[in-house]
Amino acid sequence: MTQSLNRIAAMTARYYYILRSSWLRLLEIVYWPAMQMLVWGFLYTYLYDSKSAMASTAGLLLGAVLLWDVLFRGQLGFTFTFLEEIWSRNLANLMMSPLQPFELAGSLMLMSLIRLVIGTLPVLLLTLVLFGFNLFAMGPGLVAFFLNLVLTSWAIGLVIAGLVIRQGFGAESLAYSIMIVLLPLCCVYYPVAALPLWLQPVAWSLTPTYVFEGMRAVLLDGTFRTDLMIECLALNAVYLGIGFTTFVALLQSARHKGGLLTMGE
Amino acid sequence: MSRIERFLPRRHLTSVSTNIVPSEGNAPASLGTADAPAIAVEDLCKKYRTHWAVDEVNFIVPKGWTVGLLGGNGAGKTTTIAMIMGLVVPSFGRAMVLGHDMATERHKVLSRMNFESPYVALPGRLTVRQNLMVFGRLYGVADLKARIEELIEDFELGDVLDRVTGRLSAGQKTRVAVAKALINDPDVLLLDEPTASLDPDRAEWVRSRLVAYQKRRGATILLSSHNMTEVEQLCDFVVIMSHGRVVAMGRPGELAERFKCRDLDEVFIYLARVA
Repeated sequence: MTQSLNRIAAMTARYYYILRSSWLRLLEIVYWPAMQMLVWGFLYTYLYDSKSAMASTAGLLLGAVLLWDVLFRGQLGFTFTFLEEIWSRNLANLMMSPLQPFELAGSLMLMSLIRLVIGTLPVLLLTLVLFGFNLFAMGPGLVAFFLNLVLTSWAIGLVIAGLVIRQGFGAESLAYSIMIVLLPLCCVYYPVAALPLWLQPVAWSLTPTYVFEGMRAVLLDGTFRTDLMIECLALNAVYLGIGFTTFVALLQSARHKGGLLTMGE
Repeated sequence: MSRIERFLPRRHLTSVSTNIVPSEGNAPASLGTADAPAIAVEDLCKKYRTHWAVDEVNFIVPKGWTVGLLGGNGAGKTTTIAMIMGLVVPSFGRAMVLGHDMATERHKVLSRMNFESPYVALPGRLTVRQNLMVFGRLYGVADLKARIEELIEDFELGDVLDRVTGRLSAGQKTRVAVAKALINDPDVLLLDEPTASLDPDRAEWVRSRLVAYQKRRGATILLSSHNMTEVEQLCDFVVIMSHGRVVAMGRPGELAERFKCRDLDEVFIYLARVA
């Protein structure tokens, strides 16, 4: 156990060194969420000041954007940290070391969390200062939303990392594109009831749907839906299990295919 | 030919067996022959789609030996080494290291092994010190700082220690990569062309360090190389591969004698053309 923690710490240190080595990388982590927040923040201000029927939805819109970014950036943080190993042709070194798949996954999760905090926290504070929108007013609900979205992002990141190991660079674009498939189905900007009846079960099978429904309940009704969060957490446990199993299976498949040694630029 | 027959390696379709292993007579005097081999490769085969990259390879490497795995491009050396490392799963047969099957039990022995290859890079954005720290911790090295100090001295890394690895010269990168390969004092060291891209002087320097390590530690080394002078200098025993199969094995001097050649270079060329 101690050895495992040591190896997770070693890998996290390795990724931290990379992050620290370039201020441009650090800037990039904050840059995209900040730009996104500015666009939606101004729209929020416009709608809020318009006194129209749309004014009540302005907060929902900005809240949804910020939480969607947690999911999106969490997955990108996980996947791009992993891709560093492929780009630097270091995967064989790691696979030859005593590092186990769950330890590699653990360090990627930690790093995704660190990148997320670096990217999201300043943006949340900036939203409060510039637009007066306080996401922290959601209280403990925000922690539940954040936790569930991060868990989902890791499950997706594990599958993408496995696909990159198995398929090579061809799967790299999934890091960006896969989340777009989820966007309409997770009901980020509208309630599940807005979907056709036949699509609603699909939406409820996706964990982010529970978070965004939960967020709307907090912002519109002032109630925290514990039931939704517990269901979401249970579903996330299943998805994380599936994600890790898929990652290990694809890694094993790559060992059969013989791609681990030659993978990289 | 049935589907099963198509999948099976050739040895099951013919009566010819190429079970070649170093004989007892080849063992260094200092080693008891009762010792389990450091590396045992048994009927090792790897098939990629329709192509047999490695086809019925058999050899053992007793503990404390340095064995060279030779062959032209595409001979199957890298695939064989990759299967010994557990990075590639054999289609048939097995590769054992220190008594463990590398396809199923690699985690039991990985902390006692290490490898170096010019085709696998160390993270280029980390400094040399950071890389050694990270890999030292991955291998669970007990007194890491002291070990890194030893390596700095042995490999003259003091001047590059805080430089970014990706910006080092080819020779400096090789020194760092070999230092990383020795960080855990491995019992079994796999080297894939350890002096490729080095000038003769640096190559000689790296070889001297490997010899010193091997003598100090009594480690087992399996190396692939195209440099026959290097092989003659380092190796107790040589396995020559061609088209995925072992075509000759023996001590470097014996091989030259057997094939009536002046040196290993000539043996290599002769076998490459004949095979």
